[in-house]
Amino acid sequence: MIATAPPSTAESTRTAISRRPFLAVRDARKHYGAVQALRGVDFAIAPGEVVGLVGHNGAGKSTLMNVLAGTVQRTSGDFSVGETAIDAWSPHRAQGRGLRCVFQELSLCGNLTLAENTRVMHRALRGFGWRRRAGDAIRRTLDAIFPGHGIPVGARVADLPIGARQMAEIARAFSVTDEPVRCVILDEPTSALGHEAAEQLLAYIRKAASEGVACILITHRLDEIMAVCDRAVVMVDGQVTAERPIHGLTRAALVGLMGTIEAQHDRSREPTAAPSGAALVVDDPGRGPGDLPIRAMAGDIVGFAGLDGHGQRERLRALYAGGRRGPRPVAYVAGDRGTEGVFALWSIADNLTIRSLDSLRRGGFLSPKAEAELARTWAERLKVKAPSVDTPILSLSGGNQQKVLFARALASDAEVIFLDDPMRGVDVNTKQDVYRLIRSEAAKGRCFIWYTTELEELNNCERLYVFREGRAATMLSGAEIGPSRVLEASFGGGHD
Amino acid sequence: MSQRFFRLPSVRPSLAPWTYGFIVALAMWIATTAYAGLGSAGATVASALAFGAFSVVVGTGQMLVVASGPGNIDLSVPSVLTLAAYASMTVMHGSDGLILPGLAAALALGAGAGALNYLAITALRLPPIIATLAWSFVFQSLAFNFGGEATLKPPAALAGFTALQVGGLRVMPLAVMALTLVAALALRRTLFGRRLLATGQSERAADLAGVRVGRVRLLAYMLCGAAAALTGFLLSGFTGGAALNMGDAYLLESIAVVVLGGTSVAGGQANAVGIWGAALFFNLMGTMLNTFHLQAGVRFLLTGTLIILIVAIVPRPRAA
Repeated sequence: MIATAPPSTAESTRTAISRRPFLAVRDARKHYGAVQALRGVDFAIAPGEVVGLVGHNGAGKSTLMNVLAGTVQRTSGDFSVGETAIDAWSPHRAQGRGLRCVFQELSLCGNLTLAENTRVMHRALRGFGWRRRAGDAIRRTLDAIFPGHGIPVGARVADLPIGARQMAEIARAFSVTDEPVRCVILDEPTSALGHEAAEQLLAYIRKAASEGVACILITHRLDEIMAVCDRAVVMVDGQVTAERPIHGLTRAALVGLMGTIEAQHDRSREPTAAPSGAALVVDDPGRGPGDLPIRAMAGDIVGFAGLDGHGQRERLRALYAGGRRGPRPVAYVAGDRGTEGVFALWSIADNLTIRSLDSLRRGGFLSPKAEAELARTWAERLKVKAPSVDTPILSLSGGNQQKVLFARALASDAEVIFLDDPMRGVDVNTKQDVYRLIRSEAAKGRCFIWYTTELEELNNCERLYVFREGRAATMLSGAEIGPSRVLEASFGGGHD
Repeated sequence: MSQRFFRLPSVRPSLAPWTYGFIVALAMWIATTAYAGLGSAGATVASALAFGAFSVVVGTGQMLVVASGPGNIDLSVPSVLTLAAYASMTVMHGSDGLILPGLAAALALGAGAGALNYLAITALRLPPIIATLAWSFVFQSLAFNFGGEATLKPPAALAGFTALQVGGLRVMPLAVMALTLVAALALRRTLFGRRLLATGQSERAADLAGVRVGRVRLLAYMLCGAAAALTGFLLSGFTGGAALNMGDAYLLESIAVVVLGGTSVAGGQANAVGIWGAALFFNLMGTMLNTFHLQAGVRFLLTGTLIILIVAIVPRPRAA
């Protein structure tokens, strides 16, 4: 398996990993019910190698990481660590092999001190004085990675600011007692770090790599990938679509690798000339410098784009809260169906009419007839697949539940409708139905503010605000809207 | 990642949870009658209805609070009941002409107490169980210190109404049954009812569906306070005056009748009619144990055991 010929891109990858990979998966698959999070991934990493894993939200990066770390069991596929084929895998076993993980949501216990959290990971820290030794161990690693960090190891984790917590999480993963560290997976490790700390971490990753520690770096900050990685692995839709050595790769090319698959350049909506004199229905001044004011007219479909978690949802909520206090009726379609959308004990009809009850009263009481009529009308219009509107909502599929939530908003008197990434986990046909409906409702004068993490949906919008770090950083309109422009704006403006 | 480790086989008959109260109430009645003889059967039911009516009024208020979401409960019910009884007795001063002002004073006081409860919950972010318990000490000591003349007799007309019989039927239980129907209708067919149940299922979903969650909860607590106050008002008419311990029995009972009546403690689901079954069960159980001439200690023991047993066999309304 030793590649001697001058390698093509795919070959070069193999050269890197053919020096006996530390860890390798072949054809790894993971299904969550009907959802395929991983559809046959080949991945390997050699000792001392730093691999950058990039891709969109929902591309499967975190699932792959969780499979490697043992926190999620793969559905199928071969997995080997060193020479050994691995069958069952768990975080505990992974740790025994020197595989550590830095989680994006952070895995420290808030009620424990930093030293105690270190003990949770290191079984060797036992017996008299373990607390002091654990404190020493974590302090040593913190000092090595983040010199001058100033974090007290006796502090309760919950009392530390988020940046310090992230540093602690990273340091814990690199800390050594009895077992050496062989590979560290870092999932968005710098999202809460300041510039200096991020630089320190990158430098440390290189240093660790030179000592033979492999690192898998998952991040949306492509500059970091370019700075420290030997190789970039691009994932799209649960598959690895490209592997490139960083040497000779440009940032723009990397962005291109991520965007090409989803590119659908045909815009499904022609920018309609909004009727002149259409009312301004959303007018938000923006939140200080670098943040664009958000405006929308009746009949507009305005998109909120950018990477997940860059303040789009917060802004959507704020606009909704503001809208409720204002003169124009507003409605909100939640994307998180389970906790923010459906009323689990209720039927389709009850779920659908809750936003419109005011108009369903006859003589002070709700009219069952008017309710049923409204529910039937909209359930039909959205093609909700159910025997009747009295069917319990939970007996519907996710997509059909989502249709009911859409119907709830559309059946109401709302003039402005906020969409909170409502299409996650919804099948293609449903999506197309709903897109059509949104466009036709907009044509009737309703305004939609649409937060989505799916680039193709943005084709339905005539104007976009791309969010970065909590601010509406870039506005794109009409023909400017395209996957590459959106990506550029999301990552902070291409390669200029 | 919720995993169900095992699932009990469903061997139970699929009766609605709220019917169990009626069924066990019937069983208690049959047991009592079997022991004491057929002659007492009518009187047993009549007294259970008369006393049960009070539990139903308190319970209906508690039901609204419990339905407004997980963790919501009003433990100040007994002290609000007592305080309202004292207040209305003082206002009426034994005069028939002042019955309406007395009723109004009781209701206003109850609603005010409910508002204070909710305020403490929302403004101070206290768990309802703590907030309402804390207020209950305040209300109780107010009743204790400013209770006024505890010797005051209720106006004759009020006492007369609570004991009024027409054609052998007591009027007050019938009036409370009407109240139950109103509550059931309100839950199903009014904006408040629908919004209350939405809020109880998911506060966030309700908020995003345009429900003013805070107002809904405030109203639930105010109505609960008012219901407790109304009970205090009626009870003092029925028992010939206010007493400091008159609310004590209703702490456990107001909650138990709600839960046994088929209302989900997880919120979002309420049953007004079922409260009657549970209230009748409670009162008939008391009568039954009394009829058996058991010692007080044994009676309490059996009461507790029976409640646990029956709550355990009733299938809980599932919050999916």
